[in-house]
Amino acid sequence: MLEVENVVTRYGVIEALKGVSIRVERGEIVAIIGANGAGKSTLLMTICGQPRAASGRIRFEGREITDLPTYDIVRLGIVQAPEGRRIFPRMTVYENLLMGAVPTGGRYLEEDLERVFALFPRLKERLHQRGGTLSGGEQQMLCIGRALMARPKLLLLDEPSLGIAPILVRQIFEAIVAINRERGLSILLVEQNAYQALKIAHRGYVLASGRVVREGTGRQLLADPEVRAAYLEGGQ
Amino acid sequence: MAYFLQQLINGIALGMVYGLIAIGYSMVYGIIGMINFAHGEIYMIGAFVSIIFFTLLGMLGISWAPLALVLVLLAAIVITSLYGWTVERIAYRPLRGSFRLAPLISAIGMSIFLQTYVQVTQGAKIKPLQPVITGGITFTDASGFTVTISWIQVLIVVLTVALMAGFTWIIAKTPLGRAQRACAQDLKMAALCGVDVDRTISLTFVIGAALAAVAGLMATLYYGVIDFFIGFLAGVKAFTAAVLGGIGSIPGAMLGGLVLGLVEAFWSGYFSIEYKDVAAFTILVIVLIFLPTGILGQPEVEKV
Repeated sequence: MLEVENVVTRYGVIEALKGVSIRVERGEIVAIIGANGAGKSTLLMTICGQPRAASGRIRFEGREITDLPTYDIVRLGIVQAPEGRRIFPRMTVYENLLMGAVPTGGRYLEEDLERVFALFPRLKERLHQRGGTLSGGEQQMLCIGRALMARPKLLLLDEPSLGIAPILVRQIFEAIVAINRERGLSILLVEQNAYQALKIAHRGYVLASGRVVREGTGRQLLADPEVRAAYLEGGQ
Repeated sequence: MAYFLQQLINGIALGMVYGLIAIGYSMVYGIIGMINFAHGEIYMIGAFVSIIFFTLLGMLGISWAPLALVLVLLAAIVITSLYGWTVERIAYRPLRGSFRLAPLISAIGMSIFLQTYVQVTQGAKIKPLQPVITGGITFTDASGFTVTISWIQVLIVVLTVALMAGFTWIIAKTPLGRAQRACAQDLKMAALCGVDVDRTISLTFVIGAALAAVAGLMATLYYGVIDFFIGFLAGVKAFTAAVLGGIGSIPGAMLGGLVLGLVEAFWSGYFSIEYKDVAAFTILVIVLIFLPTGILGQPEVEKV
């Protein structure tokens, strides 16, 4: 469904991605793990065209999207719940969800809102509160909810567990699995919490200094001694 | 009392003109964080388009004031918006993502260019307009003092209030307004939501220019004379109004405009008309010392 081939991304003179190739098949959860600064978030942003890949190719459903503007990429069905959540702080929860519905033009608004509320009932209670006043966990729910409002085919999730109370982390990972099972939605998940991520992922990649250094099924990577030593020990 | 009321009315009318121009500064700043120094010139172009079209309509024999006003208003809005759109397209967009001062320098260049362009094509002489709307409502109190509200002042207030109401509705309730607010709060996230950011920024310039065009038309009617240089002082004043109200805030721009208009009117009325600009800018300095973000501005720490 998504094929990333030899993608290089530069920020000025710094090469954040040095030729990364990954793929995501329909219905899969694919995890990308790696240390801080390995290029995980850059990879997700490059897929969305922010910034554009300096070289390499990105294809989605057989179509080349490397040079498409971001709004076209989003309209094709690649939607991101970015790192740091990036809720619009001075908009209400409802308005944030409406922003998520921009690609559908609000055609399925009622239906999609109900689905998001079913997944995260808390958002319904907070509907007219400003985004900036929510707790970290609530913002993460809103961030994923906003992404789902776009009816994505491929959901890019960047660090959904970052800075969130442990009890909410479980709830959010359960929600991710539920979205994947019930709707068959493909998910590309970036996480520092490697153990949690690999546990729910079908496949995974390990990124280090802008390169893919390991790939395999979630189970293989969890059992890999080097992966364990580098990313898992003490990380549960 | 009558004298006070008269200054109040003059101040409100003047303040609304400033407020309309100030919105353009504030909106653009809110979204891309730059001061569009060419915005005063956009207002000046609005005034020139108005005077040209009044002359044109006069030649065509359309002299019924309401019809002429509507036609000129439409022409001024359309043509001035086109200028606003073009300025963004050629002078600012290519510099987006460049260093912070680049678009600012470009804006000053654009301002000089537009001034010179109008000076060369329209001449440097003052252009007078035959009064289109005359008369007003006059009240006389017991001691014989009179207060006059001219029809032009009525028009300014009614039109501005209507525009503000419509504009506030656009910002609060429509998809375009939501996209604009989203861009103002997080440009990259707005793009990730599927907003065409370039288009939203273009439309922001178009809306700002349209409001400035209305201000230009009203100032032309009000003062009856314009020249190629009026954009400078009006621009500086409106910018002051935007900062006074809290740059980035739309109600703030309107409020700042009103405050500035009232200060000028009362200062001219009670102290000295020569020093009204000094009074206006003194208020700015005082507000900035005690309220650095302006009257309605938000401190810039609201990033989560």
